[in-house]
Amino acid sequence: MQKIYDSAERALEGLLFDGMTIAAGGFGLCGIPERLIDAIQSSGVKDLTIASNNAGIDNEGLGKLLRTRQVKKMISSYVGENKEFERQFLAGELEVEFTPQGTLAERMRAGGAGIPGFYTKTGFGTQVAEGKEVKEFDGEEYILERGIRADLSVVKGWKADESGNLIFRKTARNFNLPAATCGKVCVAEVEEIVPVGSLDPDAIHLPSIYVKRMILGGPYEKKIEFRTVREREAA
Amino acid sequence: MMATQLQTKGWTRNQMAARAAKELRDGYYVNLGIGIPTLVANNIPAGMTVTLQSENGMLGIGPFPYEDEVDPDLINAGKQTISELPQSSYFDSAQSFAMIRGGHIDLAVLGGMEVSQDGDLANWMVPGKMIKGMGGAMDLVAGVKKIIVVMEHTSKNGDAKFIPECTLPLTGKNVVDMIITDLAVFQRPDHESPFKLIELAPGVTAQEVREKTTAQYTE
Repeated sequence: MQKIYDSAERALEGLLFDGMTIAAGGFGLCGIPERLIDAIQSSGVKDLTIASNNAGIDNEGLGKLLRTRQVKKMISSYVGENKEFERQFLAGELEVEFTPQGTLAERMRAGGAGIPGFYTKTGFGTQVAEGKEVKEFDGEEYILERGIRADLSVVKGWKADESGNLIFRKTARNFNLPAATCGKVCVAEVEEIVPVGSLDPDAIHLPSIYVKRMILGGPYEKKIEFRTVREREAA
Repeated sequence: MMATQLQTKGWTRNQMAARAAKELRDGYYVNLGIGIPTLVANNIPAGMTVTLQSENGMLGIGPFPYEDEVDPDLINAGKQTISELPQSSYFDSAQSFAMIRGGHIDLAVLGGMEVSQDGDLANWMVPGKMIKGMGGAMDLVAGVKKIIVVMEHTSKNGDAKFIPECTLPLTGKNVVDMIITDLAVFQRPDHESPFKLIELAPGVTAQEVREKTTAQYTE
């Protein structure tokens, strides 16, 4: 079975439809599936519900899909640094389900692991708990959160082998791993595809079973939100 | 030098962070929030091993990188470029919050907008104004063993921030163990006890703290 496609557009063929739910990897602009987001934008698919920790920034990452009004609802933990998002949200044009970051990651992990819901202490006694079942375990109260099953996952990896085994790089792993597991179909873009047998099986982060389609996405610009450095001490 | 002379009373942002750093212990795994809490990293006592966790998926945060080491794939939760240490490890977001929610992190230092006398914290939303989201703050206060809130004692308008009951949407209910402001430190031994004023910043009197605090606390 051939998983490698020659473009993001081809890799998404037959997978996109209006009103669908997409889980996306990335934290801020780190480890976001840039090529696949571009292809989703150019497809014109709309009324999307997107589960992603952040919503990109103005005209970067998922911010591109906000600008073109393709997004109906975001399920996110943090959406700062995005004026267009703020404008649409305050104008009531965009729905947001604020979800604590760890709850969002676990909702994806659970959804991918066949767990429809789980209890967590996170958010108990806050507006996040509104309308959710509360249950006491060992004298402490927990709220019921639902697993997320998405129609499609889009993720960014570093290296893949031809079978779809994936390795991420440094903090670019973030939500890519749980997001990859919770989609009915996962499409991955990577920086390098190597022959089967070139990766150490003990070093695989995401086993190939989760990756249905992939593309070689580079070259990547990899934008930095806050470039912070230190000076070298004088010799 | 002028700044030191003008600093007649209270703690600066860095001094508040230094005060929070006094709560560190050898071997601690710690998560630092954005803003003043980040400055705690510069105040870790020499010879003490403290491992910093970044909720986007890293244990062992190193200093900011040199210009030629900047790596877009290596950032902290504030989306700033950082560096790694020989003992660093990387993991995904579900694993990251498993260690946070699961009670494996010893201490979190967070910023605050309001803290109530019962230890409720509000720091993520001002309805109609600030709608950025809670990020990982709700998970941190729910799962980390000890929560220190570092904040200015009063708002820019002079309103108390340590108050009887929070007016802003909560980040967590009954979660704060210690409050460090520019004027004083409050602590409680457990989540059933009231906060106690345990320390005053230089030049600050207990009377002044009383006047600028509406929460009930013991002295």
